[in-house]
Amino acid sequence: MTPLQELVDPGLLAQAAFAVIVVFTFTGALIAVLPRNILYNVLGLILCLTGIAGLFLYLGSPFIALMELLIYVGAICISIVFAIMLSRPLHLSLPKRHLPKVLGAGAVALAVFGVLAIIIFRTPWHAAFVRGNDWSITSIGAYMLTRYSLVFEVMSVVLLVAILGAILITSTGGRRAP
Amino acid sequence: MWQTAVDILGPDLAAIVAGAIGLVALVQVNTLFLVWLERKVSAHIQLRLGPMEVGPHGILQTLVDGVKLLGKELITPRHVDRKLYVLAPVVVFTGVLACLVVVPFDEELQLRDLNVGVLLIFAFSAFNVLAILMGGWSANNKYSLLGAIRSVAQNVAYEIPLLLVVLNVLLWTNSMQMSTIVAAQSTLWNVFWMPVAAVIYLICATAETNRAPFDIPEAESELVAGFHTEYSGMRFAMFFLAEYSNMFIVTAVATTLFFGGWKSPPLLGFLPVPGVVWFFLKVYALIFVIIWVRWTFPRLRFDQLMNFSWKVMIPVSLIHLIVYAGIIKIIR
Repeated sequence: MTPLQELVDPGLLAQAAFAVIVVFTFTGALIAVLPRNILYNVLGLILCLTGIAGLFLYLGSPFIALMELLIYVGAICISIVFAIMLSRPLHLSLPKRHLPKVLGAGAVALAVFGVLAIIIFRTPWHAAFVRGNDWSITSIGAYMLTRYSLVFEVMSVVLLVAILGAILITSTGGRRAP
Repeated sequence: MWQTAVDILGPDLAAIVAGAIGLVALVQVNTLFLVWLERKVSAHIQLRLGPMEVGPHGILQTLVDGVKLLGKELITPRHVDRKLYVLAPVVVFTGVLACLVVVPFDEELQLRDLNVGVLLIFAFSAFNVLAILMGGWSANNKYSLLGAIRSVAQNVAYEIPLLLVVLNVLLWTNSMQMSTIVAAQSTLWNVFWMPVAAVIYLICATAETNRAPFDIPEAESELVAGFHTEYSGMRFAMFFLAEYSNMFIVTAVATTLFFGGWKSPPLLGFLPVPGVVWFFLKVYALIFVIIWVRWTFPRLRFDQLMNFSWKVMIPVSLIHLIVYAGIIKIIR
C-alpha cells in the first residue's frame, strides 16, 4: 500500500470516474438536443458518444470503446458535419419551434426510452465471466461473423440511414430559404 | 526522486506519470526540431541557407520563436463563437497525446501496450479533424470556414485508403498490438513484401496531416492561413504543435507497421545501437521524405485532390487488400 492508495480508496476512485463519464454523456446528450445551433448539436452528440465510449472502457472493453470512437465519432458524426456544411446557411433566421413537433419528438423519444428500459429490466443479465472469458478481438470477430452476423448487418443499416439522412438534409438545404 | 515518486504513487502510477511527462516533452522537442528541420531543408532545396543566427546553424531559432509566441497577446476577434474558439486548440491536443501512448519507441519503452493499439491511433485521429472544424467554424471568417470544410472532406476521403492498407498489415500479423506487429517483422520488414501498401500509406498520411501537396485546408495563396487564420499567440502555437506532432505520429506508425519499428535494419543487427535510436532515425528519415515532397511538388487543386483519392487511391488499396488477403490465405 502506497500513501496515495491509503489516501484514496480505489473503489471510490472508480465510482468517481463513472460519475464523470455519466455527467459527460448526459451533458453531451442535452447539448445535442437543446441549443438551436446545429453545429453545437453535433459537437454535443460527439461528447455524448465519447462518454459512451468511456462507459465501455469503464466496463473493461477497450475494443468496443475504440470502435465506438472510430465509427460513431470518426465516421458518422463527421458525415453529419458534412451534411451541415452543405445545408442551410447558419446566419439566416431560424425557423420557429413548433410545439406539436417538439411534443411529437418528445413522445417518440419517451417511447423508445420506455421500450429500451422494459427490455433492459426484463432481461436476466449474467455477469460476463459466466458466459465465458474469451473476449479477445479474435473471438469477437468470430462471433460477429457467425452468431451475431445479424447484428453486424444491422450496423450497416445504421450507416445506410446516416447516408440517406445526409442526402436528405443536403437536398432540402440546397434551396433558397425565404 | 524516482524512488520518492514510486513510494508515493506506486510503481504503476509512477511509470504512467513519468511516461506522460516524457510524451509532453517529446511533443515540444520534436516540434522545435521539426520546424528547424523544415526551414533548413526548404532553404537548401531553394539554394538558401535558412536560419543561421541563433545557435550553430540556427538550431535554437525555433526556441526563440517559441518564447516570442508565449509572450504574444491572445487576440480574440469580435463575433467569434467564444466557447468553441477557445476549446479548439485544446481539443486538437488531446488526440495527439492519446495516440502517443501506444507508440513503441523501444522494446520496453512504450507507455501502454494495448491489444488494440493500432485501432486507438485511428480512433483518436478523428479529434484532429474535429478541432480543425471547431476552430475554423467558430472564427467567423470565410477563409477559416472554407479551410475547415476542405479539411473535413479531405480527411474523410483519405482515411478510407489509409485504413484499407493498414488492414493488410493487420491480416499479415494477425494482431492490432503494436509490439506484436514489430515482433512479426524481425526477419522481414513489411515494406519489402508489401511496398505498394507502404507507399499508399505514406501518401495518405501526408494528406491526413494536411501537408503539401495536400495542404489545401491552409492554402496560403487562396485562404490566407486556412482554418487558423484568426488564431494568434499560443493558441496558434497549439495548432502548430499538433500539426508537427501528427507528422511524428503518422511516421511513427509507418515505422512500426512497415519499417520494423525499433528493430535494427537487416544486416546491421551486430551494431550495439539501442532500438530507440533506430526508431527515431527511421521516423526522422520518413519525416525528411515528407518535407522533401512538400518543397518539391506544387499544391493540388481541390478537385484533383478528391479525384485522386476516390478514383485512384481507394480502388488501388481495395485491389491490394483483396490480392494480399488471397496470398496470405494461400501461404498459411
